[in-house]
Amino acid sequence: MSSFSKVALLLAGLALGACSNSGIFDPDDASGSGTSGANYEAGSVDDPTSVAYFQQNVGDRVLFQVDQSVLTEEAKLVLLSQANWLLENSAYSAVIEGHADEQGTREYNLALGARRASAAKEFLVSRGIADNRLRTVSYGKERPLEVCSAEACYTKNRRAVTILQADLTG
Amino acid sequence: MMRLLATLLIGLMVLGQMAQAQNGPLRIEITDGVIEPLPYAVPDFVAETSGAAELASNLARVVAEDLNGTGLFREIPAKAHISQITNFASPVQFADWKAINAQALVSGAVSVSGNDLEVKFRVYDVFAGQELGNGLRFKGTTEGWRRMGHKVADAVYSRITGEGGYFDSRVVFVSESGPKNDRRKRLAIMDYDGANLQYLTDSSAIVLAPRFSPTGDKVLYTSYETGFPRVFVLDVGSVERRVLQDQAGTMSFAPRFSPDGKSVLMSITQNGNTDIHTMPVNGRQTKRLTSSPSIDTAPSISPDGQQIVFESDRSGNQQLYVMPAGGGEPKRISFGQGRYGTPVWSPRGDLIAFTKQNKGRFHIGVMRTDGSEERLLTASFLDEGPSWAPNGRVIMFTRETQGSDGTAALYSVDVSGRNLKKVKVQGGASDPAWSPLQ
Repeated sequence: MSSFSKVALLLAGLALGACSNSGIFDPDDASGSGTSGANYEAGSVDDPTSVAYFQQNVGDRVLFQVDQSVLTEEAKLVLLSQANWLLENSAYSAVIEGHADEQGTREYNLALGARRASAAKEFLVSRGIADNRLRTVSYGKERPLEVCSAEACYTKNRRAVTILQADLTG
Repeated sequence: MMRLLATLLIGLMVLGQMAQAQNGPLRIEITDGVIEPLPYAVPDFVAETSGAAELASNLARVVAEDLNGTGLFREIPAKAHISQITNFASPVQFADWKAINAQALVSGAVSVSGNDLEVKFRVYDVFAGQELGNGLRFKGTTEGWRRMGHKVADAVYSRITGEGGYFDSRVVFVSESGPKNDRRKRLAIMDYDGANLQYLTDSSAIVLAPRFSPTGDKVLYTSYETGFPRVFVLDVGSVERRVLQDQAGTMSFAPRFSPDGKSVLMSITQNGNTDIHTMPVNGRQTKRLTSSPSIDTAPSISPDGQQIVFESDRSGNQQLYVMPAGGGEPKRISFGQGRYGTPVWSPRGDLIAFTKQNKGRFHIGVMRTDGSEERLLTASFLDEGPSWAPNGRVIMFTRETQGSDGTAALYSVDVSGRNLKKVKVQGGASDPAWSPLQ
């Protein structure tokens, strides 16, 4: 099984609320990061230690200008939140995916996506996240999120997305 | 597949001593500008054994499709023919072919014995009333019949244009299916004309940008099989594959063989920086050839193995550079408007094909190896990734249409800019790489 399918399975497990398996969150345990008696479901978007919370409330992605890998001020704010979350939730590591829009040749866009992923990673490392918790991969223009051929779509496709994975090394 | 190759390890046998007119009047000069296609006739080949009639007719059709497809030849249809060729050895009635203005005539004969196939052909300069070059005979198997047709067409093309042929060649490419945001990709190989399609990988991992070895028996490509882009090498015959570069914390892509097939150029990305490296195809040790903080990728070696052309954004945007094959100071060669990428050295050594982006459009173009005489051959929403035909006269590339229903297809165009056409492939297709002549 490829490491990616493992990640997908682990994430699926976490998203289904299988937190007892990961041991990082137990709503009945006051020493956990949740508050005892909290009225949310473990693993739901309201659970501040959940993947869903990270994706929707922290923000799992940052966007880039055309042909750029420089982090915007807005991107830095999102990454700062990501760094704080990762510091709190040390049982997770992450793969940062870099992507490009379709306005570019295939191989250049692979390299550009790598630059973007690396820029996000370097920021997280500068905020105290251990280098060995973060890996990067570039998809170039192979996996657009939006499919129109206009700036409205391109702007969402030029992205670096932080994909959480339960830390296999524990 | 290996069987096909083996069956074509055959003798080229001269049929007679009638060689003449090597520099006769019948000649297409392939130059720029519009030319009048040369009218010619290729009647059904003569079936010399029972049961060969269908192949005899089909072989003549393959020859005609090859020649017509170049845009340099215009076939005079069979219904206009006055003479029939019913005996390969009988004298040609030149007056009958002159009367319909066929300047060239191709005659052929086919005999079948079990799985063995033998094809003979002659080319005539009708107006000179003589044979153009020697008659030739090919032996192979009935399964490989299309290749025999391509070999005949290559010989005809070569004799009339003075250029090398390219019909007996294959193309490895990426077959695409599924929506734009979840595209499935798998490696595929086919004859240059789209026939004999075979898949080389499944679509479980993204695969990109394959390239043939100099002998056409191996293919380099990039796969996400490990979760990260990595360069793989695949044996075309056995379809066995192995990863070439898998150092943790890196990714690798844009692989190309050296002209001797012994080493591989590729881009390796580490800490966000992409440089060009070389490694032996049977070794592990990579050697870095560029060392700038820029994106250095898409290398291509000159046919003499001395120089590498590649793209780099070290100046601020994508441009083309040439450096010595062992590394060294690169010299920028592209200076026009816009961005230049994916340079590919012509097998003739004279030109470099590239992708150019300018004012929101993509172009396939060619320039001399010093960057002079740039010519753009195509323009569209997205054209990219040129690959040269083995004779250096035709370029195949990817054209992608825009919008949410956008799909990729293979196109070819003459180096003159003429004869732009879609290559017949079922489904989406991208990243073509043309094989050497087989």
